Amino acid sequence: MTVSRFTRRAAMALGVAGAALTAALPASAQDVTFEGETIEFMIPFSAGGGSDTWARFLAPFLQKHLPGNPSVQVVNEPGGGSTKGANLFAARARPDGLTILGTSGSTQFPYLLGDPRVRYEYADWNVVMATPTGGVVYTTPDTGVESADQIDKLAGQDLVYASQGATSLDLVPLLGFRLMGLDVRHVFGFQGRGDGRLAFERGEVNIDYQTSSGYLQNVQPLVDEGSAVPLFSWGALDDEGNIVRDPTFPDLPSYVEAYEAINGEAPSGAEFEAYKAFFVAGFPAQKMVFLPEGTDQAIIDAYKQAFVDIQDDPEFQEQKGPAIGDYQLATGDSAQNLYEQGTRVSDEVRRSVVDLLTSEYDVTLD
Amino acid sequence: MLDAMLSALSDLLTLQHLLYMLVGVTLGLSVGVFPGLGGIAGLSLLLPFIYGMDPTSALAMLIGLVAVIPTSDTFASVLMGIPGSSASQATVLDGFPLSRQGHAARALSAAFVSSLFGGLVGAIVLTGFVLIARPLILLFTSAELFMLSVFGLSMVGVLAGRSLAKGLGACGLGLVIGSIGGAPATGEFRMIFNTDYLYDGIPLVIVGLGLFAVPEIVDLLRRDQSISSEGGLGAGWFTGLRDWWKNWWLSLRCAGLGTIIGAIPGLGGSVVDWLAYGHAMQSERNTENFGKGDIRGVIAPESANNAKEGGGLLPTLMFGIPGSGSMAVFLGGMVLIGIEPGPSMVTTNLDVTYTIIWSLALANVLGAGLCIILAQPIARLTTIPFPQLAPFMIAVISFAAFQATRSLADLVALLVIGVIGVFMRRFGWPRPALLIGFVLAAQSETYLYQAVQFYGWEFILRPGCLILLAFILLSVWFGMRNRVDDTAGDELRADIDDLPSEGRAGLRVRMPQILFALFAGACFAAAFVDSLQHSFLGRVFPLVMASAGFLSVALLTWQLVTKGNRHNVSQDTEVLGEYASDSEAGSLWSGMFWIASLVALSALLGFFAAMVVFFVLFLTIRARTRPLRTILLTAGAAAFVLLLSDALNLRFPEGLLQTYVSLPWPFG
Repeated sequence: MTVSRFTRRAAMALGVAGAALTAALPASAQDVTFEGETIEFMIPFSAGGGSDTWARFLAPFLQKHLPGNPSVQVVNEPGGGSTKGANLFAARARPDGLTILGTSGSTQFPYLLGDPRVRYEYADWNVVMATPTGGVVYTTPDTGVESADQIDKLAGQDLVYASQGATSLDLVPLLGFRLMGLDVRHVFGFQGRGDGRLAFERGEVNIDYQTSSGYLQNVQPLVDEGSAVPLFSWGALDDEGNIVRDPTFPDLPSYVEAYEAINGEAPSGAEFEAYKAFFVAGFPAQKMVFLPEGTDQAIIDAYKQAFVDIQDDPEFQEQKGPAIGDYQLATGDSAQNLYEQGTRVSDEVRRSVVDLLTSEYDVTLD
Repeated sequence: MLDAMLSALSDLLTLQHLLYMLVGVTLGLSVGVFPGLGGIAGLSLLLPFIYGMDPTSALAMLIGLVAVIPTSDTFASVLMGIPGSSASQATVLDGFPLSRQGHAARALSAAFVSSLFGGLVGAIVLTGFVLIARPLILLFTSAELFMLSVFGLSMVGVLAGRSLAKGLGACGLGLVIGSIGGAPATGEFRMIFNTDYLYDGIPLVIVGLGLFAVPEIVDLLRRDQSISSEGGLGAGWFTGLRDWWKNWWLSLRCAGLGTIIGAIPGLGGSVVDWLAYGHAMQSERNTENFGKGDIRGVIAPESANNAKEGGGLLPTLMFGIPGSGSMAVFLGGMVLIGIEPGPSMVTTNLDVTYTIIWSLALANVLGAGLCIILAQPIARLTTIPFPQLAPFMIAVISFAAFQATRSLADLVALLVIGVIGVFMRRFGWPRPALLIGFVLAAQSETYLYQAVQFYGWEFILRPGCLILLAFILLSVWFGMRNRVDDTAGDELRADIDDLPSEGRAGLRVRMPQILFALFAGACFAAAFVDSLQHSFLGRVFPLVMASAGFLSVALLTWQLVTKGNRHNVSQDTEVLGEYASDSEAGSLWSGMFWIASLVALSALLGFFAAMVVFFVLFLTIRARTRPLRTILLTAGAAAFVLLLSDALNLRFPEGLLQTYVSLPWPFG
């Protein structure tokens, strides 16, 4: 698909004469319209999960703010831990702005780890929006920890964590706890963070984390009744790429502060680089929206503008709580920034993480 | 609490909310009638409209839909022998034989009253338990969940049919097929043979359709009759009501069982119908007719599968943990209307919880009522000559199958499992045993591993585990006493004693059965060899299961070789049974050929074009329909499939053609 074919199509849709003339001119965002079109918002997960809900919540706002108010439909293409849908998008989506892809950390991780099922290349795609999320790590008072500043008491204790798998999003806590020097045993095979929280409530595990909304809704009551103690948030990323406190939990230390409390110095070195790469892909850049390779700049700009407008829409700000959390959508340069940090990892870092997973957790990736 | 209940009720009983509920119920019925679509597809249809609706109306609509799916999916199970959803697989065992005996309307009405009753029991239990359920649910740790999985597996005893060796062999096959894909403890991929498709394992819907629907279609295609061999509908729906009334105690027990299993997060709803069916077998008298058309075999699973939805709401609302696929979508719907599940559902949001519970009860009444009214007319499907119905059924099961991952591989998997199902039917292997093994494979492995990690092997001494262990032993004991025999066509041919039974000649008579047993043995061997390349935790489960299965099959093979044709392990409908002396029946292979041809055409042309070509070919060659009628039937089917896939935002699987030519929807 070329630029000229797109504009011709748009022009015909508008019934404007002189299509040939328009086609010859360079297109700009103002010329783009999706009137009468249907946009497929591809989600590589089945209906009902977090990514699906995120997309379905965004769809009516996209419809409202994209030029020409096209109909936006969420299309679920689940399978292969989201690699199938992303492969499909890479192989089939035409660069006409009518098919967009929503990815999640579960799509980023297999790509970063070099999973053999991955046949998509993030570098080819054009990011138009990123939705950050966060999470809070908490423990039980049985560990003797009564508040976040006593986290150093955890050192040397036997900790157990309910994990969804070493290559899932739970790779972030796996690398993070390890780097901190906490002695955590990961028990795998859990079906989601909710499942892990249940194991915490049953007393089977003594350290857990929940994403922001899950924490506020389900763990805060436990904290209030004294059966859980929050330790730290994974944190957010500032414009310079530093891990800072999560704006949703300004009173909780970030991962970096918690690390300092245990180890007496800020984290650094190759292992921290590895942790950070997966942290960014899993939290600040967890969910992203992409246009396919070769999409005309005017279409990309139209999408970017639409997400800026969504961000400014008071209705969106008022309603976003349950589906998005208290985070701002990252648009424009900050989306680009998160995308670059969340989808690029050096071969060295990749190798070190894969070696760790293979030697300690029997994970085979090729 | 009373305040919340009453305000929820008065809120719900306004015309607007009832209308929305009726929309949900109607949509649920229409979607549920089509096998394999079920709650997930139905809820996904509603989700786009949910955002911005007032919460009570939206909840009424969503619950209306969820509540009636296990009611309406009974149509396919009873009338066509196609499991309407994973929750009504067990209904097929007796419901479909009843249809073939001409009792379709009776079976349906008994099923619907049971569903209605089960749904109400679920809602009542929910009303009482919602306030105290939280600590009760937390009692079920990974250790108890493992014991519950074993309890489910113990039902194999009762469902094993005439030969326990075959039953265990079939269950072993299910366990091995169920452990394809990522290992729960390590994430290692087992038995994937470099195929992307197998990474996720084989979807349950495909195993259900392949084992039950494909063999029945193949069987029906051998004769040019209608499904109902009597041609009529037989005793009407009133008999079905009376049947239920006579068995209300069984229905109540199964409804209770369904609610409990549904309420325990992690077990999932897909075994609940088998547990209820097994329970009926173990506890009822005079069970020799189970599997051949006993109405209690319909009442038990149908009472349980509706009650399960009520129970399933507990973990969904209180912990935000969806117990099933449709509950996951329901959860997404709740988030879209701004309700986040959690402990607040029994405090500040208690009125919302009661709105949901009352909606559930009301929707069950509405849904079952509508279904009972529709039972008589829809049951007429069973009087249509089967060759005219067959292409629709084949298209429907294919459509249902590729809902799983929406790829051609789904159809191939359906065909492979279907062939296994056909041979299991022919040689009298119990298909329910395979299915139970398949469903419980991942759960039993995951929970055993987790229980040992958390509690060590002493987990078995936990009080809950000891109680469940007692249940398991009871279940095995009752199971050995009352074994159900669902093996089709077990009447032996009249002149069976004229066939050689001893020595080489006898061996030749039983050779097809022996070969199938050897095939099963080869599957176990393959699983065994594959497991050797994994780490201990990734290997141990398939290794043990494959070894056990191999031993059962070895015993079976030895019996087949040394015992005579009349021994209870020996069964072969083609050589020794119903088809041996039936010269009018067509070949076993013809039905499989037609199903395979649709899959092959899809691989070439993509599903939609393939379906159109298939309809024309089948109706012209096999059903010998006149050209005009062929065109009309084909156009009708095509239009319907297009409508459905448009509503579901579904792309059809592509074939070879589409890789060369870019075609417009629906062809590309």
